[in-house]
Amino acid sequence: MSKLRIALAVFTMFTFSAVLMATDVLAEKQTKIIIDGSTTVGPIAKAFAEYYMSMHTDVNVTISESGSGNGAKSLINGVCDIADMSRFMKLNEYKAAIEKGVTPVAHVVAMDGIAIIVHPSNPVGKLTVEQVRDIYMGKITSWKQIGGSDVAIVMISRDTNSGTYESFEKLVMKKEKIAENAEYVGSNGAIRQRVQSTKAAIGYVGLGFVDRTVKALEINGVYPDPSTVASGVYPVARPLFMFTNGYPKLGSHLFSFVTLYLTPKGQEIVEEIGFVPITRYEYD
Amino acid sequence: MQDNVKPSTYGGLSKQLLMSRGAQRYQRLGTLAGRSILTIIASSSLIALLFIFYFIIRDAIPFFRIEGFKEFFTSTRWYPSREEAEFGALSIFVGSGLVTLGAIVVAVPLGVLAALCLSDILPFSLRQVAKPVIEMLAAIPSVVYGFFALVVFAPLMQERGGGLLSVGAWLILAPLAVIAVVVLSDVTTTRFSQRARVPGRIGLGITFGGLIAFGLVQLTHFLSGLSIISGTNALNTSVILGIMALPTVVSVSEDALNAVGRELREGSYALGATRAETLLRVVVPAARSGILAAVILGVMRAVGETMVVWMASGNASKIPSPWFNYLEPIRTLTATIAGDMGEADHVTGSARYHVLFAMALSLLAFAFISNLVSELIVRRARKVGG
Repeated sequence: MSKLRIALAVFTMFTFSAVLMATDVLAEKQTKIIIDGSTTVGPIAKAFAEYYMSMHTDVNVTISESGSGNGAKSLINGVCDIADMSRFMKLNEYKAAIEKGVTPVAHVVAMDGIAIIVHPSNPVGKLTVEQVRDIYMGKITSWKQIGGSDVAIVMISRDTNSGTYESFEKLVMKKEKIAENAEYVGSNGAIRQRVQSTKAAIGYVGLGFVDRTVKALEINGVYPDPSTVASGVYPVARPLFMFTNGYPKLGSHLFSFVTLYLTPKGQEIVEEIGFVPITRYEYD
Repeated sequence: MQDNVKPSTYGGLSKQLLMSRGAQRYQRLGTLAGRSILTIIASSSLIALLFIFYFIIRDAIPFFRIEGFKEFFTSTRWYPSREEAEFGALSIFVGSGLVTLGAIVVAVPLGVLAALCLSDILPFSLRQVAKPVIEMLAAIPSVVYGFFALVVFAPLMQERGGGLLSVGAWLILAPLAVIAVVVLSDVTTTRFSQRARVPGRIGLGITFGGLIAFGLVQLTHFLSGLSIISGTNALNTSVILGIMALPTVVSVSEDALNAVGRELREGSYALGATRAETLLRVVVPAARSGILAAVILGVMRAVGETMVVWMASGNASKIPSPWFNYLEPIRTLTATIAGDMGEADHVTGSARYHVLFAMALSLLAFAFISNLVSELIVRRARKVGG
């Protein structure tokens, strides 16, 4: 090899290692917060992170959204600091946590309503929880049986690895099996897209996904909106959690991050995303 | 013998023509080392395959140990997330089978005919244009196909389902009907006298044509009356999967047809066969094994596709009633694995995690067997045909 090439190679190696060392030094000054979990709570965590990192430049927050179950698993294995979950931890998750010396503590950062949606042209405007359950069980098969036109009902549900599905199963289905011919899709947006293009469809989405292209039903006489969800009057509502390992040390970055939902700015962020801040519980 | 012979400059080689023992041993070692490194690199793909097989089998066996074989293969109730979980995957196997069958029905006739066109019928300049266009179908990412199926095709089926079905039926059946009328009128007038043949053909052609047209119109009426309630169903998925498998079938079939060679075709023409007779009775049967291999490759493509079925098949774990009702939503093995992977986790839910590996094992077994069958067919044909 010519001398020029050798010199070039050595120079590249030096620069490379210098850059590596520099980033290493920079990285050590930063506090890292690793978050994993629900796709429902993920947007809240991301918005919080963006705000928090803009206020504190020495903090680095990374967020993944691999599902509530995976978030719990990561917290139990010590891989993440905060587990976003759209459902409470199950008994066997708690058991596994204790065995590994992790004590999960729940922080309720927002309330979420699950709205039952239909196509805007559907004449049906209100149902009871039992009627929704009967629809998804397959007992009610035609819209005519509940005051609509004579068309077969197309039921759309979230896939079984979603926290929204688990909350729906717990709050509406109450241990009954969903009928075989229910269709499953992969996200809140997909349910909305299916319902807005199918006149005979019924589906359920988080409150933040209700817009003009779909119609949300009154359940048990209560319309899903922020005040009815936060006060618990709307029957299909659920809290959204962030779990930490024990209560975070007072004054640490983790503590400030996890209690952001109590600040006015945090509540503003939650509302912007379409969820309900837990402080909005006055219902009139 | 002298050792220090001048290095030969024959062809620029640098080795001495007469080498010492030591030099010979050294060279042999070098050859051996080179060969071993190349063998290891070449067998890395085999090693990767063995790894995949090992890990999937290792994680699938616990499921069968916990739940047994019977429920998985015979029950249609799929409720993996409930507390008393049920893992009946029969409807999922049937769903996979239905969309694969549908994809074959779409891709094979179209693909083999297209390959026949490309290799024998189209002029060369047209072929140069047509082949890249067909191959472009293979370049489109599968998620784009799935997105198209979900956002464009499904609402189209829901709004104009009957119309779409009747248009599709016309497109497929009308050319076939024309061919059938011509062939039938030809065949039935062979016994006629020479003078009566042409008017006989015309008369019978009109009669047959009228009958078939009447039948088609009735079918169109019936189909237009159908209303497709849910656009994400087996038909949607089958059509899109058929389009995805098309480039594979066309390419491999065309290679098989080209490999038949000019001599066979020239011999057939020399014996006085028409073009249709040559193609249908000489060329296609000679390329039979290659076309079968193409079909099996298309099957494997359709079975293994995940994104399209996850988005467009509806994911209802139910066997349609009756089983050939393609307008109902179904669920496939690949979509179940993709959909359930996030929450099914190792620490807290054992059977739910391992059942996905059991499904992956079924898919692997199917792919392996079909690949083996395709290999055997091609090898046997090579031995026989030559």
